[in-house]
Amino acid sequence: MYSTDLRTDQEKKSADPQVLDDAKLWDTFQSRIDNGDVIEAKDDMPEKYRQTLIRQISQHAHSEIVGQLPEGNWVTRAPTLKRKLILLAKIQDEAGHGLYLYSAAETLGRSRDDMVADLLSGKAKYSTIFNYPTPTWADIGTIGWLVDGAAVTNQIPLCRCSYGPYARAMVRVCKEESFHQRQGYEIVTVLAQGTLAQKALAQDSLNRFWWPSLMMFGPSDSASTHSSQNMKWKIKRHSNDELRQRFVDATVPQAEFLGLSIPDADMRWNEERGSYDHGEINWDEFWAVIKDGGICGKDRIRARRAAAKDGQWVRAAAHAYAQKQETKERVA
Amino acid sequence: MSRNNWHLYEVFIRSKNGLAHKHAGSVHAQDAETAILSARDLYTRRGEASSLWIIKSSDIIASDPGEAGELYDPSDDKIYRHSTFYTVPDGVKNM
Repeated sequence: MYSTDLRTDQEKKSADPQVLDDAKLWDTFQSRIDNGDVIEAKDDMPEKYRQTLIRQISQHAHSEIVGQLPEGNWVTRAPTLKRKLILLAKIQDEAGHGLYLYSAAETLGRSRDDMVADLLSGKAKYSTIFNYPTPTWADIGTIGWLVDGAAVTNQIPLCRCSYGPYARAMVRVCKEESFHQRQGYEIVTVLAQGTLAQKALAQDSLNRFWWPSLMMFGPSDSASTHSSQNMKWKIKRHSNDELRQRFVDATVPQAEFLGLSIPDADMRWNEERGSYDHGEINWDEFWAVIKDGGICGKDRIRARRAAAKDGQWVRAAAHAYAQKQETKERVA
Repeated sequence: MSRNNWHLYEVFIRSKNGLAHKHAGSVHAQDAETAILSARDLYTRRGEASSLWIIKSSDIIASDPGEAGELYDPSDDKIYRHSTFYTVPDGVKNM
């Protein structure tokens, strides 16, 4: 998910904090967590807790910001004025989510400028889902339905994360995500109930985004070695597979309702578990997209760099204006 | 990349008249005027506010969380500070 640790083992190792916290701090901290205490910005915390959260929250923020790009592609091509207005509102929300999250990460002691610099240099990761292209209008519907749907599944438990500023930001984000998911499903519904060509467009888009959406929840529990400490610290409340299953169980009936088929031959209802069984996820593809950026990775970073460069004069002008006002006030 | 060193402002929202302003989050801005405009764009797109306050984060004076234990001791030994400490004779009303 937006918050899954996407670094390679090598990157994780080299990023491990040099300062070793003393064992007593870990113990008292853990007992606060076990008591259900919420940790606030200035509280004592293990360095590893702080670093984990900075990495996770900033990566989440980058995902929201980069997530605007596949959708921005369709603002000028939206089929109606209504859809264009909805899309603009959604993209504005994504920018807002990014800003809430950067602020939450800043409370842990890293500046937004530094975090953004990491994104632009390619050092920071963001969700792999945004490196897939959006060649058709149906993709805008599918992204809202599946990608934002997966995000909601992941983010609702984050509202109860042990770190207060992150949890509060997630409450705000979740309120807005539900609009995103519904507008997406509505786009897909209109297509699925339209002409045969429109329905085919919706099916094709589902075929392309289904598996990448499942991958958003991160590696399978059996392969994910880093989540137990995060569970213990209540940064994370449920395992990757648990959340993925929740998403599958919610989404399959939604696809059936529209007469669309999930592109997974092994997908079937498991009466005993009361859940859907799904086929194997192609993790090689997941890691390959992280490593080489997939189809759109280079474009995404290029777009963010261009935005930073092209906006520089605006920031410079705002700075000059602020300075001028300040001088005027001082003189008066 | 250049460091912009914008000021950080904390944003407080009054959701409707009659209620107090409540902390909502923060924004970066060069000056107070743009800070309040950004806060409006960022925190009040769905009728969340009837009024906004912003204050430079660096101007907030906060208590030390390390001293929270002593500062906010519940004073459980001073139970006479609570109305439940007192007995009111049966038959006495409106108290």
